[in-house]
Amino acid sequence: MQGRRGRDLALQALLAAALLAALWWLLDVTAANMAERGIRSGFDFLKEPAGFAIGESLLPFDAADSTLWALAAGLANTLRVALPAIIISTLLGTLIGLGRLSPNLLLRGLCTAYVETLRNVPLLLQLLAWYFVVTDLLPLASEALQLAPHVFLSKSGLSVPWPAGGALFDLPLRGEMGIAGGAALTPEFLALLLGLSLYTAAYVAETVRAGIQSVPRGQSDAGRALGLTRVQLFRLVLLPQALRSIIPPLTNQQLSLTKNASLAVAIGYPDLVSVANTTLNQTGRAAECIALIMAVYLILSLLTAWLSAWLERRTGRWAQRS
Amino acid sequence: MNHVTATHAWLRRNLFSDAFSGLTTLLLLAGAFCWLPGLIDWMLLQAVFEPDAAACHAVNHAGACWGVVADKYRFILFGRYPYAEQWRPLLATAMLLLVIATSGLRLMSRAPLLAAWALALPAFLILMGGGIVGLSPVGSDQWGGLPLTLLLATMGMLLALPLAILVALGRQSGLPLLRGLCMLYVELVRGVPLISVLFLASFLFPIILPQGFSIDVLLRVQAGIVLFAAAYLSETIRGGLQAVSGGQHDAAAALGLDRWQAMRWIILPQALRAVIPSIMNSAVSVFKDTSLVTVVSLYELTGSLALALAGDAEWRSFYLEGYLFIGLIYWIGCYAMSCFSRTLESGK
Repeated sequence: MQGRRGRDLALQALLAAALLAALWWLLDVTAANMAERGIRSGFDFLKEPAGFAIGESLLPFDAADSTLWALAAGLANTLRVALPAIIISTLLGTLIGLGRLSPNLLLRGLCTAYVETLRNVPLLLQLLAWYFVVTDLLPLASEALQLAPHVFLSKSGLSVPWPAGGALFDLPLRGEMGIAGGAALTPEFLALLLGLSLYTAAYVAETVRAGIQSVPRGQSDAGRALGLTRVQLFRLVLLPQALRSIIPPLTNQQLSLTKNASLAVAIGYPDLVSVANTTLNQTGRAAECIALIMAVYLILSLLTAWLSAWLERRTGRWAQRS
Repeated sequence: MNHVTATHAWLRRNLFSDAFSGLTTLLLLAGAFCWLPGLIDWMLLQAVFEPDAAACHAVNHAGACWGVVADKYRFILFGRYPYAEQWRPLLATAMLLLVIATSGLRLMSRAPLLAAWALALPAFLILMGGGIVGLSPVGSDQWGGLPLTLLLATMGMLLALPLAILVALGRQSGLPLLRGLCMLYVELVRGVPLISVLFLASFLFPIILPQGFSIDVLLRVQAGIVLFAAAYLSETIRGGLQAVSGGQHDAAAALGLDRWQAMRWIILPQALRAVIPSIMNSAVSVFKDTSLVTVVSLYELTGSLALALAGDAEWRSFYLEGYLFIGLIYWIGCYAMSCFSRTLESGK
């Protein structure tokens, strides 16, 4: 036993030495390369003016603001599209997952077709297709489609009523040159929101279906024997037990959704990765920009892991109570 | 009379089991009557199938313009590969697909299958790259379309799998330092989006490698895909290793196998077999993820479609048909893989 421990320690010391040597060598080579190509390093560029505009931003931003603020605006844009997409995909996915368990053949077939189609085509392709549909196939703003009172859809995006303080709403109206007023969602935002939500919904549906099917059959038989209605059976027996196996993969999928929001770069929505990419091209600080992207996403992942653990504890308690 | 009742019973059970189900059936049928004729009209009846841009514009999106596919399919499938030499990527793709299908359908036993792979991969690269046996050299910057998608996905999986096994074993190691390193790698990669890994491969690898040791962008991006896929796969395999019961370790030890022999002959085969469906899921993901390399200027299917249409004013307004075409290619690939995984799951 003593010999084994000694050997383990020696192996680890060797590993650590090899690792440090490799790291030192890499840093050395990198420094030499950067000196040769005249690449500067450091995070000082974050304080300098960004010098580029951002297509749309939740945070007030113009080109004279610092690069750090530009990246913050990018992160805010990532969250602005990810949070609604998380809500939509969870709701839609749950409905489709339940639909796949329906006794109705047509509904089951439709939901299965949805899942099998959306899951088997790359998200990037779906985003590009949605973006093309919105920007090329929809009518011009001057001939916008009216989906509901004061809701207009056109090449320039979707205009919806927006709270304007108090009980008042700022209503979009048809003007001379197109739609004026209300909140306008850009085509980039719309395509990304739509693409992310519909794609993730297919995965959520599979999770929900598998979760409900994981509850032993005897549970529903017992529930029915007790005279519970279908809704009661679902709410009181199946759902609490299913949630335990649904929540961990569900939070994973929503985390993937947030990471997939980085595909925004392909359709020009200014999310964190797009802004960092622009910064990278302007300043040439590749290592710093990539490190920043990775750090932000790692923090988001850790937060999600923590949230997931908290949710699991909560639902665990809920399942015990009901 | 008998099968009228049988039909009636079937209808009752599947479409009208209760009021809600009946209402759903009626609503869905009404929806189908509203939408299906229009869809069929667009896809087939009013569609233009000839590569005739004028005819496509005349229809003005009332019907699909499949002509864009008829006109551009060679560019979409093979990218910027020299036109006269495109039989080479065609042959290479067909050969690789054949080997993949043969493996999936288990038409060969193990030894000839391994030999087929060992021949097919170098043959693929020789056909694509040329430079020997009388084939003119074609730089990897000119590779594109379906062969590039297949290459990135296949090599991605083939190289990621052994790496993932090593990392999964590393996470079970008795050495805390090794365990920590493996965990760090897995959590780091799984925490970030693939695009950032591709940026890393495309922008950063050239800076951290010694001068004069430049590797081309295709290889760097391939390395990025392998590193990314291996992190996810290693978690899958770790799950498989944990699923193998402790008795197996004990039995192997009782037979006098040492730790490595036990791992090689007893534990790993069972662990891998247990997670084949998840491995296939990863394969589907890798296949779909290859579309992202467009972002770092490699023109696989998605990228070559954009290349084919972006510069062409005649066809530029028919992207949707192009997207549907390559979407179908991706769909067939992914669906075939998930079907294969399902036959394994049901134990056939």
